[in-house]
Amino acid sequence: MPVFTLHVNGKELKADVAADTPLLWVLREHLNLVGTKFGCGVGQCGACTVHLNGNPLRSCLMPVSALEDGKITTIEGLSEKGDHPVQRAWEEVDVPQCGYCQAGQIMTAAAFLKETPKPTMEQIEQAMHGNICRCGAYHRIREAVKLASTKTK
Amino acid sequence: MSNKLQEGRRDFLKKLSLSGGGLMLGFSWFDSEAAIMPAIMAHPEIDIAGFNSYLSIAADGIVTIASPNPELGQNIKTSFAMIVAEELDADWNKVNVVQAPLDTKRFERQATGGSGAIPHSWKRLRTAGATARALLISAAAAKWNVPADQCTAENGFVLHKASGKKAGYGELAAAASKLTVPTDVKLKDPKDFRIIGKPIKNVENKNIVTGKGMFGIDFHRDGMVIAAIQRPPAFGTKLKSYNADEARAMPGIIDVVKFQNNVAVVGRSSWEVLKAKKTLKIEYEKEGEGLESSADHDRFFSALMNSSDAKVRRKEGDVNTAFRDAAKIVKAEYECPFVPHNALEPMNFFAHVREDGIELVGPTQTPASARKAVSDLLKVPEEKITVEMTRLGGGFGRRLKTDYVVEAAELSSIIKKPVKVIWTREDDMGGGSYRPAARYRFEAALDAAGNITGYTCRGVGINMENSLRQDNFPAGAIDNILLDTVEHKSPITVGAWRAPTTNFLAFAEQSFLDEVAVAAKKDPVQLRLELLQKAKTRPAGPVRYDIARMETVIKQAAEKSGWGKKKGVSQGFSVYFSHASYVAQVCDVVMKNGKPEVQKIYAVSDCGVVINETGASQQVMGAIVDGFGTAMYGKLSFRNGEPEQKNFDRYRLIRMKEIPEIDASFVQNGIDPTGLGEPALPPTGGAVANAIFKATGKRLRKQPFIDEASFLK
Repeated sequence: MPVFTLHVNGKELKADVAADTPLLWVLREHLNLVGTKFGCGVGQCGACTVHLNGNPLRSCLMPVSALEDGKITTIEGLSEKGDHPVQRAWEEVDVPQCGYCQAGQIMTAAAFLKETPKPTMEQIEQAMHGNICRCGAYHRIREAVKLASTKTK
Repeated sequence: MSNKLQEGRRDFLKKLSLSGGGLMLGFSWFDSEAAIMPAIMAHPEIDIAGFNSYLSIAADGIVTIASPNPELGQNIKTSFAMIVAEELDADWNKVNVVQAPLDTKRFERQATGGSGAIPHSWKRLRTAGATARALLISAAAAKWNVPADQCTAENGFVLHKASGKKAGYGELAAAASKLTVPTDVKLKDPKDFRIIGKPIKNVENKNIVTGKGMFGIDFHRDGMVIAAIQRPPAFGTKLKSYNADEARAMPGIIDVVKFQNNVAVVGRSSWEVLKAKKTLKIEYEKEGEGLESSADHDRFFSALMNSSDAKVRRKEGDVNTAFRDAAKIVKAEYECPFVPHNALEPMNFFAHVREDGIELVGPTQTPASARKAVSDLLKVPEEKITVEMTRLGGGFGRRLKTDYVVEAAELSSIIKKPVKVIWTREDDMGGGSYRPAARYRFEAALDAAGNITGYTCRGVGINMENSLRQDNFPAGAIDNILLDTVEHKSPITVGAWRAPTTNFLAFAEQSFLDEVAVAAKKDPVQLRLELLQKAKTRPAGPVRYDIARMETVIKQAAEKSGWGKKKGVSQGFSVYFSHASYVAQVCDVVMKNGKPEVQKIYAVSDCGVVINETGASQQVMGAIVDGFGTAMYGKLSFRNGEPEQKNFDRYRLIRMKEIPEIDASFVQNGIDPTGLGEPALPPTGGAVANAIFKATGKRLRKQPFIDEASFLK
């Protein structure tokens, strides 16, 4: 099998995997970054969302061989101390219930706020529409994204 | 070492303290041998295994509280610790909560289900905290040579106000651990609570927002293998033959084994086993009666509605006469489809069957049942099986079943390796144990004044022994009532789904009452209050709900929502008593561009004392979103025994854009708390459908609503 070099959270990491292996499984099982979650495997739930060159990406659909030199950020690398404005807002609003979808929600929100620093509620709903929260914590997710937008410089 | 471990908990804890470098006081509530005997004599009903908490205090004042129940998002890990910390007068900032493994000797009811953890543990947890507090006060009093009743505790310190002396729990813990455990501690007056009732944030927030691996699927053990299992795709079939030649030849595949009706692909990574699983060539054959499709269910429902072979669940008075003499008769049928649980973390479990015992690790709502099921299958005594609970990425009742645990253990016993079995979404949604489909037929006889003189309901459920809750309101308020049920037995497996039975029955009952109100030309709120008045003054048979509490939530919800006073808003009402809590809801619908829009849902809940203000409103809001989303969109249909939806591309779950606003409030009454994971879900569908009827004249009697009304799509 080929050895792929990935740029994850500012580090160069190597994984010896089949070329069609989705980034999700490379992160989880070869690079020991389990914060990125498997939910549906078909890009419908958003639990596996990471950033590729700053843009949100469904890692369950992305073959490792297609990444090339792309820079990947996972929930573990979003901030050094877990204090990214979105993470802080999530704690402040007390968002999580089971918590399983939250890494994906946070990654989607962080990428969105970079593009749209002062969003309206409608823009937030549009941006977060692809992320399922089975516990139904949507009200607080929305509120936390809004709050994070006030924390972002 | 093992002999010494058996000497008792206190010795065990001292060992912990030695290795941890600090002194610890550890006990549950009847910890020492000395305390156990008088405690049992004083309270013969208390089993010595019956304490429900465990806490320790380190020399630095850090209080560690073990939470015995599985955490699936109901926030029990935070609320349990809050209750202990309250009575302990601990400094919340110094409280550390850990998940306890299954230990039936130390804990009881280590399960998550039925909204039962809080009511079960309320007194036990408080007593645990208060006992520790009493010991710490005694230790301080002895140290200062003052009477204990002159000392008070506050925020992690014992104080003697007269002398100004003050000592932290950490410095008192060692001395306190040598004292006899008191058995008559006094619990606080709820008005003195300073932690309970406050908005205390989830203790796991930091770990969740930074992506720490805490779920079952994240579990890793060096040397473990990964397995994916192909189970029969259709209910009512069994495996006939299989060919795994291609799978075996694929990279990373270690083995392919058949057991029961399953073919398991075992390998070194998830992607490799999932890929190989797709190449399996398996032939299945029919087992038993036949392969059911949704159209068959429709026929079964219709036939069983008229069956003379029903089980009577409640009967008061004489319904025949009531209907014969009725001025008006109201009839309606309501129906729901199967729905999967769809916990976002697909099923998975780790099992290691060794010569000397079995280790199980993963997400389960019922670790004790899982252990028993594994013990029964593999003939290994329960004391040789350990179960460690990870955090659960949702449960909703699915993880009350033990199939996915047993399967992992059986596979490990065959391949003789530690294995983590993972399910795909398709495995999960197609794998059974659904909320069963059901149909209900209601009839009400009204007199000329619009009073309900007779009432019947026939419930027909698939694999539901009893599809009714016969003592539910309005039973008790109607003189002539007949409630009965018929069951259709199906190969499709069903199970508890958040608020079992009532998750749909409440919709049917509360919609029908609305239809009755319309027919009787009565206000829906007024009709319910009249019925409660009747149940109070002239009850018909046993009344198994608290009339005053139900009245209160009804009145508060009406007031809060401006019931009947809003211009341009159509409102629907619903109230339900389930899992020992009372919840009334009002739904506001407004017409926009000729379409009804569900704008807001008001919920007033009575669950007694609210433990955690933020956690409680979160449970209510989540339950309403779940109840609303499922009523609107949820449907699993079948074709020849096989589910037609297997992933979120075809099964619709509610998303952010579709949620209504929610106003969640609570009755303040100081009554001992009841659960809140489920009770806010059942009333939602009815409140929504009743409001949509008011707005459009279209009565929604079947779920999902989008199939009933194109304007909702």
